[in-house]
Amino acid sequence: MSEIVSGFFQAINLIVTLNPEVMQIAALSLFISLAATIFAAVISIPLGGLIYFHEFRGKRVLIVLIQTLYSVPTVVVGLILYLFLSRDGPLGIFGLLFTPEGMILGQTLLIIPIMTGLVIAALGGVDRNISDTLISLGATGFQAIIHIVREARLAILSAVVLGFGRAISEVGVAMMIGGNIRGATRVLTTAIALQTGIGDFPFSIALGMILLLIALVVVIILNLITSGLSFESQVALGGPRT
Amino acid sequence: MIRIADLSRRAGSKTILEPINLEIHRGEIFTIIGPSGSGKTTLLRLIDLLDMPTTGTIVFDGTDTAASNAVRLSIRRRMAMVFQKPAVLNTTVAGNVAFGLKFRKVEKSEIYSRVHEALDIVGLLHLEDRKAVTLSGGEMQRVAIARALVTRPEVLLLDEPTANLDPVNTDLIEKLILAIHKKFHTTIILSTHDMIQGQRLADRMGVIVNGRIVQVGSIHDIFYRPQNKDIARFVGIDTILKGIVNSNEDGHAKISVGDAVFEVITPFRPGTQVALFIRPEEVTIALKDGDLPRTSVRNQLTGKITKMVPFGPFVRTTIDFGPHLTALVTRRSADELSLSVGMTVIAGIKATAIHVMPDSA
Repeated sequence: MSEIVSGFFQAINLIVTLNPEVMQIAALSLFISLAATIFAAVISIPLGGLIYFHEFRGKRVLIVLIQTLYSVPTVVVGLILYLFLSRDGPLGIFGLLFTPEGMILGQTLLIIPIMTGLVIAALGGVDRNISDTLISLGATGFQAIIHIVREARLAILSAVVLGFGRAISEVGVAMMIGGNIRGATRVLTTAIALQTGIGDFPFSIALGMILLLIALVVVIILNLITSGLSFESQVALGGPRT
Repeated sequence: MIRIADLSRRAGSKTILEPINLEIHRGEIFTIIGPSGSGKTTLLRLIDLLDMPTTGTIVFDGTDTAASNAVRLSIRRRMAMVFQKPAVLNTTVAGNVAFGLKFRKVEKSEIYSRVHEALDIVGLLHLEDRKAVTLSGGEMQRVAIARALVTRPEVLLLDEPTANLDPVNTDLIEKLILAIHKKFHTTIILSTHDMIQGQRLADRMGVIVNGRIVQVGSIHDIFYRPQNKDIARFVGIDTILKGIVNSNEDGHAKISVGDAVFEVITPFRPGTQVALFIRPEEVTIALKDGDLPRTSVRNQLTGKITKMVPFGPFVRTTIDFGPHLTALVTRRSADELSLSVGMTVIAGIKATAIHVMPDSA
C-alpha cells in the first residue's frame, strides 16, 4: 500500500517538475497518434461517404466487415504490419520498422475501420428527408452530398475524436512496430508496460495519469460535440442510452 | 403544362402506382385526393423527378423528362416540392430558404433580397436569424414553403402540407397557398386526404385509390357524380342503394329499390340495374304528421330512425325504410323536431339530388 501512495506522490512530482523524459514520451505519443488520426480521417471520411452514397452488391457485408474490424486486436495489426515492414517483407525497403513513421502507419490502419464505420453511421443519421429536400431544391448530386456531409459534421467529428482515443491508448502496434526504443519510439503505453515490468512504479503511474488526462480531454471534447447532435445521431454513436 | 402518360411505379413485386394518365393545366390548383397509402406521395415524387417511373412518361411544358439527367435537373429546377414532414437543415431560417438559390448559383445580393421577400410572404421575416431546428411544426412548414417559393417555381408541389398541423396552422397554410397562387399564378399540385380541404383549395381534383386514379374532374363532379362506390364512400356519400329502372320518360325515371320507388333524373333505360348515390345532407327529415313542400321534393319515404350519431354540429341519422338511408340534420333541427331513435319520420330527397350510376356488381 505504501508503495502505491509513495509512487503516486513521486508521479505527481515527475509531472509537476516537467520531467524531460516524461514530457518527451508524452509529446511523442501525442504526435504519433494525432498524425495517425489526421491520415485516417483524410482516408475514412471520403471512404465512408463513398460507401454510404453508393448502392452496390455486398454493401451490407462490407459494412459488417468494417464493424468487425472495430475490435481487431492491436497485436494482430502489429503482427501483420511487422511481417510487411520487416527487412525481408514486401515493404521492407522503406525501413519503417522501429520508426515513428511506421507507428503512424500502424495506428492509421488500426483506426481506419472504426472511423469509416462511424462516418457511415453519421451520414446514415441524417434525416432521409434532408436528401430529398436538397435534390428537390435543385441540388446536383455533388451539391447534395456536400450538404449532407455538412449536416453530419458534428457526428463525423465525433468519429474522428473516437479514432484518436483508440490510437493513443493502444499498445500492440506501438510495441511491435515501434519497438519501445528509448528516446525514439517509446510512447506512453509502451513505457508504462516496460517501467512496470522493471518495477519503476512512480514513472508508470505518472505516465498513466497523463494518459488518463488525455482520455479525459477526449471525453470532454466528445461531450461538447455530441451535445450539439440530434438524439438519433447520439444513439448511432453509442451515445445516451436514455 | 404537365402531361402524364401510362405512368406507373413498382417497388420489387409490389405495384405502388397503376399506369395513370393525367394532364395538369398551367396556372391551376390541382388536388390529388385519396386515403393514406393510396399513392399520392409516390405520384408527387415522380412528378418532381425524384424517383424514376417503372413505365410511362412525364412531358413537362413540351419536354420529355426522361431525356437525360441534365434535362431532369433543369426541369426539376423549374419546380419546387414541399414534403409532408418538412426537413430543415441545421442552419438559420434564412440559410434554409437560400438553398435553392445557392444551388442555382444566384448572386449573393439577389439571394438576400429574394430570401427576404419569401420570408415576408410566409410571415416569418422576424425569425430569419433563428436556428431552423428550433421552430414549431407550423413554422417549419412555412419555412419549407418559403424555401420552395424563393426559386419562383412554375410548378409548386405540396404533399399533404397540413397533415401534421393543428386547425389554426392549417388555416394559415391554406390561406398562404391561395395567396401564392393569386400572386404568382403558380401551377399548384397538392395532395391531401381531406376532402373538404380539396374543396376549399382546388380547381380540379384527381381521386386516387389503391394506386389508381379513379376519377378526375371538377369538385362538383366528384362530390355529386362519383364514378364508383369507392369514390362515393370517400367523398362522404353514405347511402348507396341498388335498384332497377322501371320506366323512363324523357329522362324522368322511376326506379324500384326494394318496395320503394324513387323518382330520379337519369337517361338509363328501363330494366337497367343501377346504384343510387345519395349525399346525407341532401336528405331532409319531416315528422310523420308534418307537411313537406310536396311540389319539389318528389321522393318521400316513411321509415323508422334506427341510429343517431353526433357529427360536429350535425347528427347523422339513419332511417330504415326497408333499405337504410342516412341523413345529416343539424343538431338544432334534430332538437326542434325532437327526433329520437324508434320514431317514424318522412325522409325527403329531391329527384335532382340523386346521382345514378349503372351497378356493375
